[in-house]
Amino acid sequence: MTAPVTPALLYLDNVTVSFDGFRALNALSLAIDHAEMRAIIGPNGAGKTTMMDVITGKTRPNEGTALFEGSYDLTTLDEAAIAELGIGRKFQTPTVFEMHTVEDNLLLALQGARSPLAALLSRRLARERERIDALLERVRLTPNRHRRAGELSHGQKQWLEIGMLLAQEPKLLLIDEPAAGMTDQETADTADLLREIAKTKAVIVVEHDMTFVRDLGVKVTCLHEGSMLAEGSLDVVSANERVVEVYLGR
Amino acid sequence: MKTRFFFDRQTVLVLSFLTAAAVLVPAMNGLAAPGSALHLPDHIVPLLGKYLCFALLALSVDLIWGFCGILSLGHGAFFALGGYAMGMYLMRQIGPRGVYSDPILPDFMVFLNWKDLPWFWQGFDWFPFAALMVLLVPGCLAFVFGWFAFRSRVTGVYFSIITQAMTFALMLAFFRNDMGLGGNNGLTDFKEILGFPVQAGSTRIALFVLSVAALAGGYLLCRWVVGTKFGKVLVAVRDAESRTRFLGYRVEHYKLAVFTLSAMLAGVAGALYVPQVGIINPSEFAPASSIEVVIWVAVGGRGTLVGAILGAMVVNAGKTWFTGALPEFWLFALGGLFVFVTLFMPNGILGAAGDLWERSSQKLRAARSPKPLTHAAE
Ligand SMILES: Nc1ncnc2c1ncn2[C@@H]1O[C@H](COP(=O)(O)OP(=O)(O)O)[C@@H](O)[C@H]1O
Ligand SMILES: [Mg+2]
Repeated sequence: MTAPVTPALLYLDNVTVSFDGFRALNALSLAIDHAEMRAIIGPNGAGKTTMMDVITGKTRPNEGTALFEGSYDLTTLDEAAIAELGIGRKFQTPTVFEMHTVEDNLLLALQGARSPLAALLSRRLARERERIDALLERVRLTPNRHRRAGELSHGQKQWLEIGMLLAQEPKLLLIDEPAAGMTDQETADTADLLREIAKTKAVIVVEHDMTFVRDLGVKVTCLHEGSMLAEGSLDVVSANERVVEVYLGR
Repeated sequence: MKTRFFFDRQTVLVLSFLTAAAVLVPAMNGLAAPGSALHLPDHIVPLLGKYLCFALLALSVDLIWGFCGILSLGHGAFFALGGYAMGMYLMRQIGPRGVYSDPILPDFMVFLNWKDLPWFWQGFDWFPFAALMVLLVPGCLAFVFGWFAFRSRVTGVYFSIITQAMTFALMLAFFRNDMGLGGNNGLTDFKEILGFPVQAGSTRIALFVLSVAALAGGYLLCRWVVGTKFGKVLVAVRDAESRTRFLGYRVEHYKLAVFTLSAMLAGVAGALYVPQVGIINPSEFAPASSIEVVIWVAVGGRGTLVGAILGAMVVNAGKTWFTGALPEFWLFALGGLFVFVTLFMPNGILGAAGDLWERSSQKLRAARSPKPLTHAAE
């Protein structure tokens, strides 16, 4: 391991992603600290999901730097390696293993050996069970433990997926539009949950819902056309003329 | 927890059925007097043995398709390679009893004026070596093929197409005489297996019982695999591949492992098939054969293991009947069956039976407790 070039947990510099000439990300730079929560806002197509794709190894940038803990080059690692470094991701549409029970979804996500041989020979451990019990409690799915994940409501699936993220014990959580399709109460509860998670872990939340972002009460980055438009507290960002223009001008 | 999987209802069903077959078929063939209603004619024994081999092949396809979503349309190739490995052993057992009486060279090589046994035929006169090759040849091909395909993330219909191409290419290669495997005639005229005459009734019974054992073993192996955490990861890959990757699983390693295991099972099925039908030739590599296997699994019920066995038996019994009674209609019947199952029984026979069972047991429960609500209120 070389000496860290940056103290930030996640460091993106000048990242550009183009799809057939169209720049989904355009010289984007961003730094996230250890145990920082950051909200990312921006109109549809601003490049928010693409940014997560770059961080998790799904999409390779055409240009730029993406470093984790100052020394791991995310642009050269694959999804599995990045997950093992401690970056977990929740998709925009809830993605859980529908045919598995809620419990098994968490079991598969639990931190531990990931090789085929280890999985073939693995046995249920009491420690794992305790961990799953605690996670079920935390995402309020204890009564649904033995139900198939496919039978859960939309909001419950979102929570299960957050539970799976926690099971991975990542250092950084990327959460794409967690409040989409949730009731007001669920949205408020989700904000509470994320704030609590952010006490010990770094979290990046992408969200459209302004009440939700306000609830989070954290630093906000606004993206537009693949670049950063404004950064600061929600009040500062939403007072920014160009942000108003981008949001209202469409 | 440890013994739970032995008591799983479907496993009990499969094992009871196979045990019954292993007892009844030899008894009805050997003990019942010929002519009596219970007597099983000699020619039926290898036919049933053949169905068992097909069932094992179907099981291997269900393991990857039903549980991991890998639709291989080339599994007939692994079956055929296992069959060729066994066929090579059987050819070497002929010795000087061939038409040309060459002590070493099989007839077709003498016919082609070959002087020496090719290098890849060495060792096949020794059964343990041949048995090892039954596993290794299909296994290695699957490993190399899968390594390239899965690493490049070839999935879905693209994967299916390249597996078809693989089996087609092998068919063309095996048709060539200079491949050294009998060209379009393949390998046949076998005399002995492990010193027993291949054609003898007792040998055929033994091969039948061995096929039962192989199918039971294959079933238990698959059942164990899908019950482990490894099996849960396979289902996870089938249902949400990228989710699995972002959890830190190397999906390609899992696919490679299960694909290789599946190819080996198919190879064992082929090896048991060859001495029972008495021939192996390149037509076993025909792309259509591999597609048929997938139809068996779909008909029986994908992703259940039991369904694969059931489907292979039912469809092949139907095929035997059709090709006797109405040979020209078999392909139409098979196609029609596939369309019917796809449209009306998406979970195959097993799924449809499960639904029926569910509905009737619900009715039964409703009939037993006619007024549950008032009961609860009191
Ligand atoms: N794989 C892809 N191929 C082509 N264009 C893409 C691809 N992924 C995203 N885009 C485009 O990049 C832009 C940014 O998309 P995205 O990151 O999903 O936006 P957001 O999540 O901010 O709504 C969009 O215009 C989208 O159409
Ligand atoms: Mg998005």
